[in-house]
Amino acid sequence: MAISREEIEKVALLARIRLEDNQVGALEKDVGNILNLVDQLQSADTSSVEPLAHPLDATQRLRADEVTEHDQRDAFQRIAPATEDGLYLVPRVIE
Amino acid sequence: MQWEVVIGLEIHVQLATQTKIFSGTSTAYGAAPNTQASAVDLAMPGTLPVANEQAFRYATMFGLAIDAEINRRSVFERKNYFYPDLPKGYQTTQLAQPIVGPGHVDIRLENGAEKRVRIHHAHLEEDAGKSLHEDYHGMTGIDLNRAGTPLIEIVTEPDMRSAEEAVAFARKLHGLVTSLGICDGDMSQGSMRFDVNVSIRPQGTDQLGTRTETKNLNSFRFMEAAIHHEVERQIDILEDGGEIVQETRLYNGDRDESRSMRTKEEANDYRYFPCPDLLPVEIDDAFIDSLRSAMPELPDAKEARFKADYGLSDYDAGLLSNNAATADYFEATAKTGGDAKLAANWILGELSARLNAAELNIKQSPVSAERLGTLVQRIADNTLSSSGAKKVFEALWNGDEADVDAIIDREGLKQVSDTGELEKLVDSVLADMGDQIEQYRAEDDPKKRKKLMGGFMGPLMKASKGQGNPKLLNDILQKKLEG
Repeated sequence: MAISREEIEKVALLARIRLEDNQVGALEKDVGNILNLVDQLQSADTSSVEPLAHPLDATQRLRADEVTEHDQRDAFQRIAPATEDGLYLVPRVIE
Repeated sequence: MQWEVVIGLEIHVQLATQTKIFSGTSTAYGAAPNTQASAVDLAMPGTLPVANEQAFRYATMFGLAIDAEINRRSVFERKNYFYPDLPKGYQTTQLAQPIVGPGHVDIRLENGAEKRVRIHHAHLEEDAGKSLHEDYHGMTGIDLNRAGTPLIEIVTEPDMRSAEEAVAFARKLHGLVTSLGICDGDMSQGSMRFDVNVSIRPQGTDQLGTRTETKNLNSFRFMEAAIHHEVERQIDILEDGGEIVQETRLYNGDRDESRSMRTKEEANDYRYFPCPDLLPVEIDDAFIDSLRSAMPELPDAKEARFKADYGLSDYDAGLLSNNAATADYFEATAKTGGDAKLAANWILGELSARLNAAELNIKQSPVSAERLGTLVQRIADNTLSSSGAKKVFEALWNGDEADVDAIIDREGLKQVSDTGELEKLVDSVLADMGDQIEQYRAEDDPKKRKKLMGGFMGPLMKASKGQGNPKLLNDILQKKLEG
């Protein structure tokens, strides 16, 4: 299955990955090849198979509702590019 | 043209757990920014989520309360989008296999009729952090204390037909989750947030119109106003020959305005997929049965009991039972006060008015249920007149630390109900009011007589220093005047 240049660009935008123009062609080919493999898988009859939620055949262990984490803000904020008044600062978000 | 309004709701309910849904970080409200944001909440590389059992208990209790199927197996998925208050770049949520399947909530309409609102499903998910858009040198501040707080998102079918029905449903739901104790219900702190889907269609048609979604309404009043606003907006567009655009809108309650939130044409594409960090969660019948057997009394049962046990009206029982804190307050007041109807009147009257004016909830009431109960007792046993009771209430409200009985003594509010004493008082006052007595006796019009009678009560109450039992004084006065 082929994938178009526009689809590659849309997926890149959604994933916030910046592509240079000369990268898109190569990706069209690579992703197209992967989709060909998916097409092969699609041809298998899965009508009696439940969708797989997780590759491990196990279920989630649940945790007791007890506080185990304590304030480490100073340590975390030491590696943040910008902070003020205890807040992480990010480029202005306008909706 | 007559338009029919069609409303569906999505409600985010913050669960009252001690810790977050995937980490052992406290969820206590009001901490300094980012002091309750641990490595998991910040999406630090190498961290893994571990699901909180209490969140599953609470979600299951909600499902049982709305008569829903509880899914034994539920799966977390990633909903991918970028926003700075969502550190992982995806929200962990449930989609195809939510914990709570279809259920229903019955509401009572203004005309007394019952209406069933179907619940499509409810799923567990995590809350995002908060963006503070005040100016930080042209940047936005991010507080991640709320990131990872457990939510259930409840999705209704489009079963409501007016803003009033939607609000009745919202209030019922609020009563349900607070009675279950799974949410503190504090809407001013964002514990319950409503998204409203509204469409309109010509009356008598079946096909749904194009809907809009108005997000993040955090009071019943704004929700009602936002629906009215959106219905008007859609009617104006359609009657001018326009078309409704399916979009998300933001409502500004202070200005009664809304605007589109969509900044670009592209529709959201969340690319959901099962979260590889979390295994499917399976709960068994024993888990569900243990919760079922420990379910607290819910508002509908409470309402029925209030009517049967205390003789309350439908209206009073409905108001007092819908909020667990109010219901508890009422029962404590009635127990001390002995007179349940009087207790109900004081709670729904004076106390509610004062709490509303002060923007307090009943748990924050400066007057405890025990003290209001003692006040009720003193009204019921005729120690206090209604005006005396108001004075005592005023003192209690203002934090007077003395006992109710001590306040009554101190302020000289004890009502005189001794008939002999009161008769003497009436005689002495009437002795100086010969002209008025003649005027009264000469009057044939019963309405005017009643009015003239009032002219005696003032001097009588004054002569008794406000302590005469007004009902007894009135009876004695009438007897003497007719005499």
